Amino acid sequence: MTRPAARGGPRTSADRLARLLNLVPYLLARPGIEIAEAARDLGVTERQLREDLELLWVCGLPGYGPGDLIDMAFDGDRVTITYDAGIDRPLRLTPDEALALVVALRMLAETPGVTNREAVERALAKIESAAGDLVGAPVAVRLPGDTERVRELSAAVERGRALRITYYTAARDETTERIIDPLRMLMVGGRAYVEAWCRRVEGVRLFRADRIDAVTELDEPATVPPQARRHDLSDGVFRPSPDLPLITLRIGRGERWITEYYPCERVEADGDRWLVSLRVTDLGWARRFVLGLGPEVTVVAPAELAEQVRAQAAAALEAYAAPVGAAPSVDPAGESGPR
Amino acid sequence: MSRNRTERLVNLVICLLSTRRFLTAAQIAATVPGYEHDPGDPKEHEAFQRKFERDKAELRELGVPLETGTASVFDAEPGYRIAHREYALPDIPLEPDEAAAVGIAARLWQHAGLAAAASSGLAKLRAAGVDVDPQATLGLEPMMTVDPAFAPLTAAARDRREVGFDYRVPDRDAPSRRRLQPWGVVCWRGRWYVVGHDLDRGATRCFRLSRVVGPVRVIGQPGGFEPPAGVDLISHVARWSGPVERTGRATVLAAPGRAAGLRRWAVRTEPVSDGDLLTLPYADPDYLARQLVGYGPDVRVLDPPELRDAVIQRLKEIAARHEELVVAGGAR
Repeated sequence: MTRPAARGGPRTSADRLARLLNLVPYLLARPGIEIAEAARDLGVTERQLREDLELLWVCGLPGYGPGDLIDMAFDGDRVTITYDAGIDRPLRLTPDEALALVVALRMLAETPGVTNREAVERALAKIESAAGDLVGAPVAVRLPGDTERVRELSAAVERGRALRITYYTAARDETTERIIDPLRMLMVGGRAYVEAWCRRVEGVRLFRADRIDAVTELDEPATVPPQARRHDLSDGVFRPSPDLPLITLRIGRGERWITEYYPCERVEADGDRWLVSLRVTDLGWARRFVLGLGPEVTVVAPAELAEQVRAQAAAALEAYAAPVGAAPSVDPAGESGPR
Repeated sequence: MSRNRTERLVNLVICLLSTRRFLTAAQIAATVPGYEHDPGDPKEHEAFQRKFERDKAELRELGVPLETGTASVFDAEPGYRIAHREYALPDIPLEPDEAAAVGIAARLWQHAGLAAAASSGLAKLRAAGVDVDPQATLGLEPMMTVDPAFAPLTAAARDRREVGFDYRVPDRDAPSRRRLQPWGVVCWRGRWYVVGHDLDRGATRCFRLSRVVGPVRVIGQPGGFEPPAGVDLISHVARWSGPVERTGRATVLAAPGRAAGLRRWAVRTEPVSDGDLLTLPYADPDYLARQLVGYGPDVRVLDPPELRDAVIQRLKEIAARHEELVVAGGAR
């Protein structure tokens, strides 16, 4: 299969001019390249590439005679530029291009677990020196430190083995053992994740590296079933889906940070308080969340959550009211014995 | 752009690259195909001038360094040329592993802000003869996401121009207008910040890009300020987010098999008849109290007493608030 030609949206006119100015030096550097290979490499269709070549063929130096025009030799499906009319180099990088490459390389160099950091740093130095003043654009990048766990995981993923992990799931507040077949490791919003096929849930999941409490490499290779699909992370890691429970809270000023931290479906002022609606994966999580937020927050909906919050707070108070040394009420009688 | 226009522009670039003398608009019109017109006819001449202006703008937009000057002191009319030295990308001798790293770096932008610039930059490197292995990986790849304010703020920092923007902090009711001399933009732990001299506060400040509301207004002239020499941008952001020393120790009783999240933080776990005694390190007792309240009856604080009291106080208020609610609403 060939790579899709359109990388989003119709090609604009400026795109074509930029492509044509690149095309001559590109071919100059690769005499006798197959047209199909060049098209693949440049991300255009073969037909588009041939049209570009036809256009270039009638361009050239003033005079526009046979010796002035850009010239090329075709040998079957191969092409060689025989006269470049002076466009022998691509255009210099624009400030935005230099910035885009330099910032991304700095990001890579800062990312814990990147295997060939040394090559990244060499590349960065060369691009910075080629871009000259343009990278005077001051953009600095610092990601969380190079943690042992992230490096260990990234090396294990690179070796392509299945892994047994001990994983903490915050949504259900439980720690489980599972076997995963890693697809890749990535860093989103400053956090490292392993994307893997999880044999326990039989689906692709993102595992936060800082919640993987233990990891063992298995002897068997990672085998990802063909139906496994990578996550689309264009909208972040957590994409609330409409079938998840929606909760509505009335919050005080001190809890407004929620609206920056979690994707909220609705935020509206209600006097000096805010009404905030968000999707949650699990009502148990919502209960811990609301209790943890404290007295300035009340549950508006669903009624089930409000009742759970009330009941949990009441049960906890009851336990505190019991004389010290007595068993908490959740553990009926103290007869469970040593474990 | 029509094929004609593209052809005309390619010819214009080639023509201006090949000339050492500055060529006037009239000379260009007489040379480059596509500009033919009768200069004596005011209407035609005006149409040519508009066309030529558009073409120049297009080339500058693309980053073509169009030089303006006069051929000699006797010439009044300005002319144009492109210096090859200014036009051409310098040679970047990238080793295969370095080229692969650049390819991966360009890919990081796939979803975000400078994606188009990254891929056109990479296209230029390829055109310069660099071969990029599309299959290469580096074990772990960061996904780049930036806020809309990223591009205007980096440009303003580069050009040293003052900016103004509306800034919304969640615990304030309305955004406030800020004026800033931006020194630079920082990515700290996955979030973007701009650091600079706040003109209203008269002090160094950093702002989260995600809190900038609406457009960034460029209000100053280029080169309008000088950032302090050797400024360490990261240090201004990291100052507020340094590592926390957890020197406090709390003892809590966790119900059997419950409170998995707390157990992960315990420095000591001791099984007793009615659960496990966890020793939890902490820095901020208030923060720990909030966390503990989240676990409801699964966790009981034994020590220190202040923490225990804080948890009980919170539980009482939460219970009271939701009691009213459940009674008033006649819930369920």
